[in-house]
Amino acid sequence: MRAPSSNEAALGEVLLAVEDVSLTFGGVRALTGVSFDIRKGEVRAIIGPNGAGKTSMLNVVNGFYQPQSGRITFKGEVRTSMRPYAAARGGIARTFQNLALFRGMTTLDNILAGRTLKMHCGFFWQLFRCGPALREEVEHRRRVEEIIDFLEIAAIRKIQVGRLPYGLQKRVELGRALAMEPDLLLLDEPMAGMNLEEKEDMSRFIIDVNQQYGTTIALIEHDMGVVMDLSDRVVVLDYGRKIADGTPDEVKRDKDVIRAYLGEPQ
Amino acid sequence: MQSSGPDLDTVPKLLIRNAGAIGSRPAMRHKDLGIWQAWTWAQMLEEIRAFSIGLAELGVKRGDKFAIIGSNRPRLYWAMCAGQALGAVPVPVYADAVADEMAYVLAHAEVTLAVVEDQEQVDKLIAIADRLPKLHQVIYDEPRGLKDYDHGRLTAFSDVQSIGRKKLASNPESLKQWEAGVAEGKGSDLAVILYTSGTTGHPKGVMLSHRNAIVSSRNGNAFDGLGPHDDVIAYLPLAWVGDHILSYVQSYVGGFCVNCPETLDTVVEDRREIGTTYALAPPRVYENNLTLTMVRMADAGAVKRKLFDFFMGVARRWGEKILNGEKVPLYARLLYGIGDLLIYGPLKNRFGISRLRVAYTAGEAIGPEIFRFWRGVGLNLKQLYGQTEASVYVTAQPDGEIDAETVGRPSPDVEVKISEAGEVLYRSPGVFLGYYKDPEKTAEVLTPDGWVHSGDAGFFDPKTGHLKIIDRAKDVGRLKDGTLFAPKYIENKLKFYPNIREAVAVGAGREFVCAMINIDLTAVGSWAERNGVVYASYQELAAHPQVYDMIAQHVDEVNRSLAEEEVMAGAQIRRFLVLHKELDADDGELTRTQKLRRGHIIDRYSPLVDAFYNGSTTAQIATEVTFDDGRNGTITARLAIRDVRPYPAPAAKLERAA
Repeated sequence: MRAPSSNEAALGEVLLAVEDVSLTFGGVRALTGVSFDIRKGEVRAIIGPNGAGKTSMLNVVNGFYQPQSGRITFKGEVRTSMRPYAAARGGIARTFQNLALFRGMTTLDNILAGRTLKMHCGFFWQLFRCGPALREEVEHRRRVEEIIDFLEIAAIRKIQVGRLPYGLQKRVELGRALAMEPDLLLLDEPMAGMNLEEKEDMSRFIIDVNQQYGTTIALIEHDMGVVMDLSDRVVVLDYGRKIADGTPDEVKRDKDVIRAYLGEPQ
Repeated sequence: MQSSGPDLDTVPKLLIRNAGAIGSRPAMRHKDLGIWQAWTWAQMLEEIRAFSIGLAELGVKRGDKFAIIGSNRPRLYWAMCAGQALGAVPVPVYADAVADEMAYVLAHAEVTLAVVEDQEQVDKLIAIADRLPKLHQVIYDEPRGLKDYDHGRLTAFSDVQSIGRKKLASNPESLKQWEAGVAEGKGSDLAVILYTSGTTGHPKGVMLSHRNAIVSSRNGNAFDGLGPHDDVIAYLPLAWVGDHILSYVQSYVGGFCVNCPETLDTVVEDRREIGTTYALAPPRVYENNLTLTMVRMADAGAVKRKLFDFFMGVARRWGEKILNGEKVPLYARLLYGIGDLLIYGPLKNRFGISRLRVAYTAGEAIGPEIFRFWRGVGLNLKQLYGQTEASVYVTAQPDGEIDAETVGRPSPDVEVKISEAGEVLYRSPGVFLGYYKDPEKTAEVLTPDGWVHSGDAGFFDPKTGHLKIIDRAKDVGRLKDGTLFAPKYIENKLKFYPNIREAVAVGAGREFVCAMINIDLTAVGSWAERNGVVYASYQELAAHPQVYDMIAQHVDEVNRSLAEEEVMAGAQIRRFLVLHKELDADDGELTRTQKLRRGHIIDRYSPLVDAFYNGSTTAQIATEVTFDDGRNGTITARLAIRDVRPYPAPAAKLERAA
């Protein structure tokens, strides 16, 4: 009846490897020669001060930005450029720093939208909503209901997302990402703007997603307590460069990291 | 379904009877993944039997105590019956209890096994495992998050059922053995131990026999004609006697269906989908629904608001009379009919109470305004006075004899008398066996000839013949000058304002009365929004001068109404403050059923009480608080204290004095 400790995930094979990636916008160097990997089944955190290039990194991983140089290997396939659509197809789902939900749609419809790529029936069948289309929809709805149950958002199932408090919207967005049944889940500041209780709930959900579904998670987060508790390994960026990479404890003690966060001693 | 007999004297026997007599009728429903799942009595018997035999295989024996921890889910109710079928005794525990509280109850009850809802409860039990040496097995309903736990002493509910089903399949004798075990049970056997969240000291374990619970349930069903075609929704704590009797024993006795909501937050929606026909709830539930209605109406458009106000006037004037079947003029009936179409009907539908035949409020006094509002819109809301020690029913209001201030006549088979000191005593077949492992406390409360000291002060109202409860007997005190001081009476008057959620009156043995007030975040928050008052936290809103002004007005009105009553005029509120945090059961300030633990609050906030009486206008307070996850923190605040002017005592008294 002993509770498991959170950091004992057995490290599996490399799911995604980023090698020597550089990204510039005109004269701004967002990322410079960054390399790291994400292993199957782990919770990987990307941290760094504001403007360190964390979100750019996620955008490179899911194909939204095209890096000028470097290689990305996902599930053993090497690629230099990719479209977000193809990334989603390939099993990468994400949430956004500033929420990107369909505000006028209900929680249920938002999460169902996450299943779009899993719909196989053609336009014709869906138009008449019968036969295989109906069976497929019932199956999708069941999966969505499981997610609703998992994230404990049954009470807001039929409420328009735009009317929900921020913390719940974040949860709906996580639900939509989960609906894709991703192999790799990218979370961009899942706890930004939340109060302590909401943060605890969200942490719980992230751990549960990781353990229950075995989903690999890469997350950006500012709250150090959360990062240290949740993640198996942490990569630290500063001014677009990687300055540290390792377990939370190693990173916490790293001199460069301390300097990046607290500044140079005078 | 009211047939009785010596062969139907335990709950498991009733289950077998129901599975035979009304086997195809629904016994329970649970909304899962957005869809209502139903079990008939026959299916439920199969589920319970499988679990019960599984329990026996795990070593549960006659006389064992086992804990039930979680929210209202079919499997937890089944576990109670499954254990009882083996002669074991369920001990339902408040699921939101903090670890310490839970440890006390579980250790005191010497539970050997616990059936819990999910990971949260498992974690809690792990945290207190070293204080529960007898606990050797935990069974959980919801597997989520528990995959990587050490399963040595941890088993899934469905796995226990599989053990039972395998046993049944492999050994045809085991069915007969199980049924023989059920037949062995007697009405006088201990059926359940319910821990009452005492307002003072440790909780006490109230022992009820099968006969207590069944006789009381049978009378309750007969009183309001509950039968197999009724539906109730179960969402109040399993450890509360009201839920145990209504959602469990009464259902088995009467054969009606118990519906478990999807989550606690979806109760209103779920109730609306089912259309329940009977309800028993503490006043807080009716209060919250009214507050919600008023808040929504305040935000509605002008036309809607006008319409609402107009028809609420009609409801106030005629609604109760129509409900009571009194004679009313034709135009009033017509007007009320239109109101029902436009306002009352939709309003009741919104809360899922359109089909309610009877709704009871119990546990505390309800505000007369709240009571009349619901009766006015056509809800047959009645008062009931019950106690855990009585298997709920002591008195209840019969249809047509309704009064906002009384709690009704003695229920069938119940005798009630008032002691010389003014305390309510009762005697009935539902009266408990005693407090578990506490003969001293039992002797204090239960007299040798079967009367129970209720601890409540009350009297029979000569006008209606109904019982009227004033306050907890021990809380009624006097001010320094001898004026009668009934704190709950004053607090209830304050709490009837939607802006005030909770109030604590202090004054026993002091010169005058003061009050600490908790604002209602829903009501005051909505007011703040409409009036452009900006706030970041509960604490900030509570300390806002405009909020103080508003509360001062309410206090003033309460004083005016107190001044009108001769006995109470001397106990008007002179000073008050608004507390910086909500009173919370996790901090020991309320009981799990949300009653004030007055003594504890006064100790805890003694700096504030001192400030009341030394004339300061502000007071500094630092309070330890327990967060929902059990961690501790401290909140400090500087609170303002306001003075209020009392009204002169009633004229009659002055004349006599002169």
